[in-house]
Amino acid sequence: MSFKKKDSILRLLKYAGKYKWPLMLCPMVMIGEVAMETYIPKLIQRLIDEAIPNSERTGELSQVLICGGLMIVMALVSMGFGMAGSYLGAKGGMGFGRNLRQALFEKIQTFSFKNIDKFSTASLVTRITTDVNQTQNTLMMLVRMGFRSPIMFIMSLIYAAQMNPSLTTILFVAVPLLAAGIIFIMKNAHPRFQIMMKKYDIMNREVQENLIAIRVVKAFVRSAFEKEKFGKAADDVTQAQRNAEKVVLWNGPMMQVIMNGCIVAMLWFGGQQIIRGEMGVGALLTFITYVTQILMALMMLSFLFLGIVLSRASISRIMEVLNEEPDIANPEQAVTEVKDGEIEFDHVGFSYAGDKDNLVLQDINLHIKAGETIGLIGATGSAKTSLVSLIPRLYDVTTGTLKVGGRDVRDYDMHALRDQVAMVLQKNVLFSGSIKENLRWGNEHATDDEITAACQAAAADEFVRSFPDGYDTDLGQGGVNVSGGQKQRLCIARALLKRPKIMILDDATSAVDTATDSRIREALRAHMPETTKIIIAQRITSVMDADRVVVLDNGKIADVGTHDELLARSEIYRDVYLSQQKGVA
Amino acid sequence: MPPHGQMRAPAKPKNAKGTFRRLVSYLAPHKGKLIAVAACIIFSTAASATGTFLLKDVVNSYIQPLIGQAAPDLWPFAQFLLLMLGMYLAGAVATLVYNRLMMMVSTGTLNKMRKDMFLHMEDLPIRYFDQRTHGEIMSRYTNDTDTMREFLSQSFPQAVSSFCSVLFSFCYMVSLNIWLTLLVIALMPVILFITKAVGKKSGANFVAQQKAVGELNGFVEETIEGQRVVQVFCHERKSIDAFETKNENVRVAGTRANIFASILGPIMNNLGHCNYVIIALVGAIMIIHGYTNTGVLISFLTFTRQFSMPISNLAQQMNVIMMALAGAERIFEMLDEPVEEDKGYVTLVRAKKDEAGNIIECKERTGMWAWKHPHKADGSVTYTEWKGDVVFEDVTFGYVPEKTVLHNISLYAKPGQKIAFVGSTGAGKTTITNLINRFYDIQGGKIRYDGINIEKIKKDDLRRSLGMVLQDTHLFTGTVKENIRYGRLDATDEDIVKAAKIANADFFISHLPEGYDTMLTGDGANLSQGQRQLLAIARAAVADPPVLILDEATSSIDTRTEALIEKGMDQLMKGRTVFVIAHRLSTVRNSQAIMVLENGVIIERGNHEQLLAQKGKYYQLYTGMFELS
Repeated sequence: MSFKKKDSILRLLKYAGKYKWPLMLCPMVMIGEVAMETYIPKLIQRLIDEAIPNSERTGELSQVLICGGLMIVMALVSMGFGMAGSYLGAKGGMGFGRNLRQALFEKIQTFSFKNIDKFSTASLVTRITTDVNQTQNTLMMLVRMGFRSPIMFIMSLIYAAQMNPSLTTILFVAVPLLAAGIIFIMKNAHPRFQIMMKKYDIMNREVQENLIAIRVVKAFVRSAFEKEKFGKAADDVTQAQRNAEKVVLWNGPMMQVIMNGCIVAMLWFGGQQIIRGEMGVGALLTFITYVTQILMALMMLSFLFLGIVLSRASISRIMEVLNEEPDIANPEQAVTEVKDGEIEFDHVGFSYAGDKDNLVLQDINLHIKAGETIGLIGATGSAKTSLVSLIPRLYDVTTGTLKVGGRDVRDYDMHALRDQVAMVLQKNVLFSGSIKENLRWGNEHATDDEITAACQAAAADEFVRSFPDGYDTDLGQGGVNVSGGQKQRLCIARALLKRPKIMILDDATSAVDTATDSRIREALRAHMPETTKIIIAQRITSVMDADRVVVLDNGKIADVGTHDELLARSEIYRDVYLSQQKGVA
Repeated sequence: MPPHGQMRAPAKPKNAKGTFRRLVSYLAPHKGKLIAVAACIIFSTAASATGTFLLKDVVNSYIQPLIGQAAPDLWPFAQFLLLMLGMYLAGAVATLVYNRLMMMVSTGTLNKMRKDMFLHMEDLPIRYFDQRTHGEIMSRYTNDTDTMREFLSQSFPQAVSSFCSVLFSFCYMVSLNIWLTLLVIALMPVILFITKAVGKKSGANFVAQQKAVGELNGFVEETIEGQRVVQVFCHERKSIDAFETKNENVRVAGTRANIFASILGPIMNNLGHCNYVIIALVGAIMIIHGYTNTGVLISFLTFTRQFSMPISNLAQQMNVIMMALAGAERIFEMLDEPVEEDKGYVTLVRAKKDEAGNIIECKERTGMWAWKHPHKADGSVTYTEWKGDVVFEDVTFGYVPEKTVLHNISLYAKPGQKIAFVGSTGAGKTTITNLINRFYDIQGGKIRYDGINIEKIKKDDLRRSLGMVLQDTHLFTGTVKENIRYGRLDATDEDIVKAAKIANADFFISHLPEGYDTMLTGDGANLSQGQRQLLAIARAAVADPPVLILDEATSSIDTRTEALIEKGMDQLMKGRTVFVIAHRLSTVRNSQAIMVLENGVIIERGNHEQLLAQKGKYYQLYTGMFELS
């Protein structure tokens, strides 16, 4: 666990918002409950030491009734406070959790691609879910117990000392002993639990990998091997768990010994005081109750402390996201109108890390006219995706300038720019909801006719209609009900609905067969003559009919030209071409 | 691909009794320890109840008689207290012992349960994994075993101990004063009623909360997974709004669940006080009328406080127990899933030919393999030389019986031939290869391997004889070397380098920071898709299997690199029967036979030239590439 001391829960309290009132009120109410709870033993004492013997003597119940009545009233008040505390704690804690979650989610929505790259998807999800829950639970415990326990401790101590100062000295032995015991156990247990968590992770990873790769395991007949591996991981977990738990399980017996030791000691010393007539029996019982409350409060405090320590890791993970500066921000006086789809790369260099000496893209100079169709080809790792990602300003250029519609992309309002630049990503996703809902991402006001037209252009209309529910077909999480090629076509249709000035297809038809692929390109050309189209592809057929083809090699433009020109002069292009059509007569 | 089913886990067990019984059978091997645990719990609770009971004696016999004496003899009092102390200590030791024993039992049981689950899971058919999300199966190992752990190590001993202390307190209370005990019992229904009512509310709200949290988590996962798309479409505001609605649902449901979960404490505690007052009042009346005395009442009152606490505790534990049973039920459900059926008895063995030319089994590596075919009828064994001859006869298959995806597929692959499947996505190419290795069983027709019906071949031997490079490349956490060695566990380092060279992976591997010893994590996240495919090819190469299945094995490798590894691939495929699936027609061109699939039917077959001459679908697909030039 790595965390900074300053990452305490208090720094997150500003997210409580309007829920700060229940959060502040809760401890007060809890104090009320404690006041009642610590006073009731005094009434018990009065009942036993005065009221009952008196009624025995006098034969009338008035004192018992008064004392008992008072006790019931106090119990009911205490119950009221306790219930109010539950209510306020829950309302405040859950409200805080809600606000914190909301703040995190909204923060992530402002992240640039670079920010997202930094955190993995899984880790962002954990932060919003598990980490917020952990923090919210800790806060709830804190407002309920954080004041209650110390005040319980202090009030019980005061009452006990008032009743019998000499017996209170027993606590001077018991409290430090218990505190030392708790600290010792926690100090020892903490690292052991951390080891245990690590072993857990390893075991869970083992399961996860087997789930993902079950076909590999079965195809290579490796289940015996995997079983053995898992067996070892499971044994490690068990061993680590035993190592950790065997320390913690001393907690209960230790508490038992100290508590009962105190009781016996109090009986011994208190008993003698009773014999000498310095104290009543009821007082002794009440005293025992106070001592029990004091020790319990101490135990509670130790749990609270442990909870706070354990939640630190969560809190610092949350802070990390909240403190992350969005890498790309809107300029002041942003331009909101993109004139046309003209694109100009002027000595553009780019590095994901912003490192000028280690550029992924180097000295890119390219002028694309509005309405032009550009093919982009190059080997895996030649930075094709990086190049196009700069256009909608998913990343900022590291050196040089990039202009869209004659203006630097950094001058535009980001939403205005991205509204005009449609990008079909290589790793694309559909969301749960109907096909229509997904398509409306492109344009929420799109009519059914527009949706159908976009799908026809993307060669998706036919298969969508073949579904029983047509455009209302529900896509499961991640669009599991459609095949890879169908998904790609839906993604293209979604982008088409934006009616953008620039359209980028990043290997967007890799799972679509060649005939359909060419139909889609044909449709794009026919329907969007004004739109600048950039097509990244592995298949040379996907780019050969473009106005110009850019050949990227190792982050540099190796050549630009038409298919025929490149075939004649670019060795790389020729290689790719030949490798794809060898054997054709 | 077959669709994934989404199921939400119910919070309550469907068959609590049966599940409980089965759980007990899991604990059976620890019978001795559990008896010791029970004994220790009984002893520990008895000790603390007796301690309370003895308070009466301390007050009545040792303190009160001495009151007012000038020189009281304290020795008997001290002796008695020492006895009490001894008893308390013994009680604490008993607690320690049962905590420790229970810890061993619970960790041991969980260990067994996890292993049972994994061992069983590894033997489940592919179909099982198709129908469930990974998260769903994963939660058997995480959430469900976690509640089991809580149940075994906390709730179970606590429930037993609560029960024992109620019992002991009750006995002592009866012995102290039967009438007051009856009064306590008469007051009990109030407490039970409230506990039950609150518990029920709390349970229902808890389920509602889980549902809201589940929905929120699903949304978060999906949105963040697609965060790049969200940004490209400027959909941030809408995502935030949708999130807010779901977030608010979680808050409302969570607040309710939490109120009801934490409200029981103060209610019970203070009802206990009220109980106390009523007993004190009635007790006082009884004292006045001479039915009892102060010492008894004091002791009884202490029990009253001790009595209500474990009862509400018991009620709260019931919630956890129900949840644990629901978890156990889901675990058992998985354990009850039928494993992959294997009625095969034909095995693959190393073989050689004796002088007479008969095939005989042998231990040494001969490079020759044979199918060992025992005949049940007469106990004889025949050997068939392994060649790699695969025949499909009229094969019909559907992932679900009512929806056939492959219709009457017939084809043959002679040893050493390269057979290719082409066709659009969803045509059934991958499905065919999944039938050869029996990931799925066919519904009609026959598949023969060297003349043997593959249903007669032991699955492990069948799969061992087939090398597969799958569409989605998966790597395991471990070094590059270990990942390649996955193909054949006894491969030497030289074998591995050789295989990597065949796959043209040697070059990039040697450029990794630690070469072949570089650690791969997260399914090889530090490698590009193309590099991962190269490793998968190397893995198949090191396995050196008689038959190869390449399912889009080079789809993420750009065509130039593919051309570079072609030589290696040719070497790999030489002399083997190879099934190739590829989108790129350039990959399949030099096959002996190409099958064009559409909607689960082979619509064309032949070699490249024949198919081009047919001017059918293949011709269209193929020329589709060039008609535009």
